[in-house]
Amino acid sequence: MGKRKTPGINGSSSADIAFMLLIFFLITTSMDTDKGLARRLPPPVDKETEKPIVDIKKRNLMTVLINTQNQILCDGEYIELSQLRVKVKEFVENAYNDENKPERVEEDIDLFGKMMVTKHHVISLMNDRGTEYQAYIDVQNELAKAYNELRDDVSRKKFNKLFEELDERQQKAVMQIYPQKISEAEPKNYGGR
Amino acid sequence: MGKFSKAGGREMPELNTSSLPDLVFAFLFFIMMVTTMREVTLKVVFKSPQATELQKLEKKSLVTFIYIGQPVQEFRSKMGTETRLQLNDQFAEISEIQDYIAQEKSSMKEEDQPFMTVSIKADQETKMGIITDVKQALREAYALKISYSATQAAAR
Repeated sequence: MGKRKTPGINGSSSADIAFMLLIFFLITTSMDTDKGLARRLPPPVDKETEKPIVDIKKRNLMTVLINTQNQILCDGEYIELSQLRVKVKEFVENAYNDENKPERVEEDIDLFGKMMVTKHHVISLMNDRGTEYQAYIDVQNELAKAYNELRDDVSRKKFNKLFEELDERQQKAVMQIYPQKISEAEPKNYGGR
Repeated sequence: MGKFSKAGGREMPELNTSSLPDLVFAFLFFIMMVTTMREVTLKVVFKSPQATELQKLEKKSLVTFIYIGQPVQEFRSKMGTETRLQLNDQFAEISEIQDYIAQEKSSMKEEDQPFMTVSIKADQETKMGIITDVKQALREAYALKISYSATQAAAR
């Protein structure tokens, strides 16, 4: 008995099978990468224990209010959205050591050495229950933009690069100079239910 | 010029298709890599707000989604057009968020749990009231890393 050859399997239909799988995956999956504004919520406060009263000096605090008509009140002044970024930058940077802007504290920073930092500043963001989400995101976005621009400025001065292009250690140092301190106030109910 | 005449009845050589499956498979694997399975069917409609300073969500497996918006057309007759939230595959109330987060958290690996992120996908016309409530519920549930989902807007 001679060795018999096994007949080759006809592979012409495997293309069709692969196509079917491909189409199945194309339909059931989505390609959208999710993007968003990342924030950190403060941990919950216990109702039993007394609320720790954090004393913030008035000069260190900037309040931003958004009302039902999506208007912005910043430190008691009605402003447009486009003005907000400049105001926040001035507030956080306090380049001329203004008495009404956050105090500058000397801090030892990695790579930079001693620097004057406004590390005690707080931006308090409050909104009404009727505020539109888009308006809220707009304000959050402007705040983030203000911080990003400040960080870019200092990175360009020191490293000649944008903040995003720095390595981890450099980013950490820059973030220490301009820490992002946005406090979203405890919601309060005014009148009504 | 006999070269161009149709005389002779020459046949077109057949195209070799034996490598076609390989091509398609390579494409298939590419698609499988870059996409993710759609996990939920949306029951609310929402149009994401626009922003410019966006950060990418790092790991998909660590992200939990909360959808907020008006019910889709087919549910409107039953539930009206009031803004609702959707967790997984069904409509939910604010009070259910804590259980949902706890459940999602327990299904993760222990070392991943601190990195859990909640992505809030809300319609741009939603009132902040419901979002504040959701945020409070998330705080109570110790899901402190959140991300307000938004689409990239052209820089002004």
